[in-house]
Amino acid sequence: MVDILMPALSPTMTEGKLAKWLKRPGDEIKSGDVIAEIETDKATMEVEAVDEGTMHEILVEEGTEGVPVNTIIARMGGDEVAAPKPEVKAEAPAAAAPAKPEAPATPAPAADPAYGETKPTTVREALREAMSLEMRADKDVFLMGEEVAQYQGAYKISQGMLDEFGPRRVIDTPITEHGFTGMAVGAAMNGLKPIVEFMTFNFAMQAIDQIINSAAKTLYMSGGQMGAQIVFRGPNGAAARVGAQHSQCYASWYAHCPGLKVVAPWSAADAKGLLRAAIRDPNPVIFLENEILYGHSSECPVSDDFILPIGKAKVEREGSDVTIIAFSIMVDLALKAAEALAEQGISAEVINLRTIRPLDIDTIVESVKKTSRVVSVEEGWPFAGIGSEIIATVVEHCFDWLDAPPVRVAGVDVPMPYAANLEKLALPQPGWVVDAVKKLF
Amino acid sequence: MAAAPQDKSRKPRKPTESMDRDELLAAYTTMLLIRRFEEKAGQLYGMGLIAGFCHLYIGQEAVVVGMQHAIDTGDEVITSYRDHGHMLAAGMDPKGVMAELTGRSGGYSKGKGGSMHMFSKEKGFFGGHGIVGAQVSLGTGLGFSNWYRENDRVSLTYFGEGASNQGQVYESFNLANLMKLPVVFIIENNRYAMGTSVERASASRDLSLNGVPWGMPSFSVDGMDVQAVKAAGEEAVAHCRSGKGPFLLEMKTYRYRGHSMSDPAKYRTREEVQKMRAEHDSLDSAKARLLELGLDEAGLKKIDDGLKAQVQEAADFAQASPEPEPGELYTDVLVGG
Ligand SMILES: Cc1ncc(C[n+]2csc(CCOP(=O)(O)OP(=O)(O)O)c2C)c(N)n1
Ligand SMILES: [Mg+2]
Repeated sequence: MVDILMPALSPTMTEGKLAKWLKRPGDEIKSGDVIAEIETDKATMEVEAVDEGTMHEILVEEGTEGVPVNTIIARMGGDEVAAPKPEVKAEAPAAAAPAKPEAPATPAPAADPAYGETKPTTVREALREAMSLEMRADKDVFLMGEEVAQYQGAYKISQGMLDEFGPRRVIDTPITEHGFTGMAVGAAMNGLKPIVEFMTFNFAMQAIDQIINSAAKTLYMSGGQMGAQIVFRGPNGAAARVGAQHSQCYASWYAHCPGLKVVAPWSAADAKGLLRAAIRDPNPVIFLENEILYGHSSECPVSDDFILPIGKAKVEREGSDVTIIAFSIMVDLALKAAEALAEQGISAEVINLRTIRPLDIDTIVESVKKTSRVVSVEEGWPFAGIGSEIIATVVEHCFDWLDAPPVRVAGVDVPMPYAANLEKLALPQPGWVVDAVKKLF
Repeated sequence: MAAAPQDKSRKPRKPTESMDRDELLAAYTTMLLIRRFEEKAGQLYGMGLIAGFCHLYIGQEAVVVGMQHAIDTGDEVITSYRDHGHMLAAGMDPKGVMAELTGRSGGYSKGKGGSMHMFSKEKGFFGGHGIVGAQVSLGTGLGFSNWYRENDRVSLTYFGEGASNQGQVYESFNLANLMKLPVVFIIENNRYAMGTSVERASASRDLSLNGVPWGMPSFSVDGMDVQAVKAAGEEAVAHCRSGKGPFLLEMKTYRYRGHSMSDPAKYRTREEVQKMRAEHDSLDSAKARLLELGLDEAGLKKIDDGLKAQVQEAADFAQASPEPEPGELYTDVLVGG
């Protein structure tokens, strides 16, 4: 008998819905046959049999949601011709468990009474809604990138948008980042308002010349005659186990350059409000999303008028002893650390930067004047990172209020390793923030 | 043969008997090793033992095996993230490859690279690259180093038809033919780049002609026929070795599995995949030919059983091998610290 396990079908999948069984007990199965359909947060996928034999029993009925990866979902009777089979199966669930991080409970964003009615929304939905609202309102806005149209988005951000807006406004490109980015910037110079999706920001490196030399500098070089109203967006930073070339944070790369705005949302409300602002902003905006956050749900204003200002940070948690400043997924970490610190009697204020450039110096300074201690948290590398900028800013503006030297928490200064244990060691953990804070007292 | 390459490139070349029985059997065995290895990798991924991106080579085995039979020890190979087959064909140890997939210290990159990033200086395998198109310029550089040293080595530079739209590919074509660098550029045209078919991504209707503006000889090859691949590869390699510059081969092939493990596969029909598997499988045709040449089913089954055992051994090793020491996090960033 061979156990059929709930398969992991993507780098970030921890559970899924067993949508449909295509084989029933008694059915013959050949290798390559589709036995079931499974829905992840990204897509419905077919599960192919690797072994040959007969379906024996089904243990998880179709329609079941939230089936954890590696659950035994069915049993199959083997047959002699098949491969020397799963000695592996027995120890598999145990061995596999540590490879898939537990989906952490998302700390909730602080309430924003100002924006009226809210509903639980994923970051993915919020981004889609922001683009759709702006595209309905302005015919010059269009979306372009690899797999954004027919495939419905590599990460399903643009799902359904081709249907609504048609192929002139939701455009699949070949894998030619440098070329299509230049094309989009040229279109923006001539008055259109492109949203360029990079499948991930790792691939925007192919196009960084056009982003910096063309998009960021044209307004200045033309003496203000023409610029580029354009948004470059996509997942940034580490996903899970995708290795050195697919896991890095570009916040400090883009934040370095005058002529660009750089935004990094954390919650669904951030995503919706800030992406709308980015699309309407007359300047090039780098919009750094995070793949792991796409599926996270939080309360988001439902109003079609909801928008957030670029350049304003948000205090997600108030506190009096230390200021922890973070952006994107590191806000989760900062909030968890604040929770742990509270148990130890330390009251931490957590600032979600929302925008990296222009940096909201006022909010930072106001908080540090209150707490007299500051820790920055980022996933990217420490050297010349966003933390360096935050700390320089604090030192310039409120040195006399500080009771302890500021501290940076950052990703380890190495390319991202693939191995599960090493990757964990490379990325900031809540404990690192707690330790950093405790050094200040 | 270089006289009218454009004419040759219009159609896939006719299948050729380029291998004798023993060589065909060796090629078949390597192709089958790749297939069994990839099936096992897919299984381990589903169990969460392999994570991240994992791109299987199932369906395309004849390309890399045929080309490997056209080169000599000392020639170099470089490719994309869809690299397991290239490594096995280059003679890298399945255990070390599988252990890299599971991120263990026994892997070719000590667990630090993963499925997409493995290398073997000893076997002339230069990776394992995750950025679509980047390896094409790197492969041109491998060719450059051979030109510089005035040896007669050749580098094989593999890339997908999706990658063939990247600008640096054409910058490389120009450099290579301008400087007469010994590079065989190999487009593995498996018809899809993730969910985008070649027709939706390339204005060029015949990718083998993409080297023509740079004067590069080229032709299309039936990439599902290992003997045709070898024959084409030998011509291309001979051209490079004789100092005449680069050569472009378009391999018409097909991937049976999804792009990576997380592929909803809505961009093509199951029938299309089944038809390719049923009618054009490189292993089926090689096996049929071997039977014609006098081998018997029982003998071939024995080979298959041996390969399955070998792959199982690799999988066991890949699970038993310990995770890298925590200190490995900091090594290999710079030479000398
Ligand atoms: C520069 C860059 N852009 C996008 C990607 C994401 N991506 C990875 S593989 C792939 C498709 C490549 O297709 P193809 O070149 O045909 O190779 P195949 O996967 O078919 O072997 C894409 C878009 C990437 N890795 N690098
Ligand atoms: Mg392809």
